[in-house]
Amino acid sequence: MNRTQIVLVLLGIAALVAAPLGQGNYIVYTLTSWLLFSIAAMGLNLTLGYAGQISLAQAGFMGIGAYVTALMTLAGVPWILAALSSIGSAFVVGLLLGYPALRVQHHFLAFVTLAFNTLLFLVLRNEEEITGGSFGLMGMERPTVFGISTDGNLNFYYFALVCFLVAAGIMWWILRSPWGRAFKALRENPIRAESLGLKVRRQTLLAFAIGSAFAGLAGALQSPLVQFIEPHSFALNHSLKILLMVVVGGAGFFFGPMLGAAVVILLPEVLRFTEGYYLIIYALLVIILMVYSPNGLIGLGQKLWSKLRPRHEARRDMDKGFQL
Amino acid sequence: MSAPILSVRNISKRFGGIRAVNDVSFDVRKGEILGLIGPNGSGKSTLFNCILGQLKPTEGHCEINGKSTDGVRPAELSLMGVGRTFQQLSVFPKMTVLDNVILSGQEHEGSMFSRLMGAGDAGLTRKAEQLIEFFRLTPYRDTEAGSLSYGQQKLVDAAMAFMAGPGIVLLDEPAGGVNLTMLAHLKERLQTYNREHGVTFVVIEHNMEFVMSLCTRIIVLAQGEIIAEGSPEEIRANQMVIDAYLGG
Repeated sequence: MNRTQIVLVLLGIAALVAAPLGQGNYIVYTLTSWLLFSIAAMGLNLTLGYAGQISLAQAGFMGIGAYVTALMTLAGVPWILAALSSIGSAFVVGLLLGYPALRVQHHFLAFVTLAFNTLLFLVLRNEEEITGGSFGLMGMERPTVFGISTDGNLNFYYFALVCFLVAAGIMWWILRSPWGRAFKALRENPIRAESLGLKVRRQTLLAFAIGSAFAGLAGALQSPLVQFIEPHSFALNHSLKILLMVVVGGAGFFFGPMLGAAVVILLPEVLRFTEGYYLIIYALLVIILMVYSPNGLIGLGQKLWSKLRPRHEARRDMDKGFQL
Repeated sequence: MSAPILSVRNISKRFGGIRAVNDVSFDVRKGEILGLIGPNGSGKSTLFNCILGQLKPTEGHCEINGKSTDGVRPAELSLMGVGRTFQQLSVFPKMTVLDNVILSGQEHEGSMFSRLMGAGDAGLTRKAEQLIEFFRLTPYRDTEAGSLSYGQQKLVDAAMAFMAGPGIVLLDEPAGGVNLTMLAHLKERLQTYNREHGVTFVVIEHNMEFVMSLCTRIIVLAQGEIIAEGSPEEIRANQMVIDAYLGG
């Protein structure tokens, strides 16, 4: 990261700290929800944007995280242990699902993960004794961290913000490591990657499981945020929503999922002044964006930037290197 | 004489009723530059894929440094010290030239865990820069590989094949689609690398001028069988090769 990028990141964090100040409960709740979905979308971005595998089960993994945390905290286990268990559970289930599922790729994998999400929904709905069935689970308390209660919405927002920043830091670390380079290689040319010694299956499986673990963390936060969870919150339409966040923001860009989550969660709220038309306008805006910029908002930004500042063209640079 | 680095033993490969490769045997010794030539359909690529473990031979087997390549995955082959390039361009287009070259060596460094926890470049930047410099690509170090010219991408591809320090590199039509200036440069770099590092090359190529001036030994295939073997001069003068491939 260069100095300008560090300054921009610090400004971004300052904006996130300031964002809920003076706002009502609903806006603070919506902002917290955006943080949670950003974490889940970050995970899917690793699987889809970097490793090139489509998953339609991200909400399902969020559900695993939410239910594990809910059941454990209701049993009196501290949130931090419950959250770690949620992350671990989502990771392990990701490995178990990915191992057979990643024998197929692209849209076939999408169907396998779609089936998993549907199956999980049915299990959550039908296993009433454990999950509460359609009535769900309620009464999960918000955690107390270093003696500070996160009961209030503002406190919980800051708690979620810290979790979000830790998750983003971990994701940044993964992506700047040789693993990140290997994930990108899988997306761009898996055959070549394998010829260079990359164990394609193992690395793809890891991307899938790590992406799932991020959803597990998002679920672990969802449980105390809403203090009520039920199977519909983790149904297929929510997986599609998370997919939309990644695609709209820009798959394969670090900040893409955060931007995408902002559009998917915050834009409908911003458009509410249009009353009955807000979903139509929202859908149209997303369609126009996808037609004009399949690389999402970050791709759109890059497109506009390259128009303002022509990019370096190697072939014109004949005087510097070998002339080919 | 040193033990062969590559041994091909009685390889045959049939696709249904078609015999693509028929009882081919040869050895390649350390430091050699072996050319495999032949008309289209002569079985060169099938043989290449059998050597690289991507096709299972119907009969026979290959050994690299005395180890059989039967059923060996491409990743394991790379870890056994076998580098390769592809007929088509196969750089990672959205990654910089430096990242392409580092990636090509990183899986050979440390454990999987250390690659996550350690330095982002796996400690390979200096080595990658040396290879980039060797192929005179330094001005493009931080350029996305996909935005380079075809010839430059071929050089990046070659640099990638050498990054892990292989003992043998199999080059699949390295001259394909490359202009004359670039060809001379590529040939000179390959010969220099072979001389300085003792790396063995097996080259499939259609460009006769390129292959005759690069290789120290040539094997000619026709209809899946070896019809001639020898130095470039011997191959040029071989009537059977002239009739089957080179023409009058």
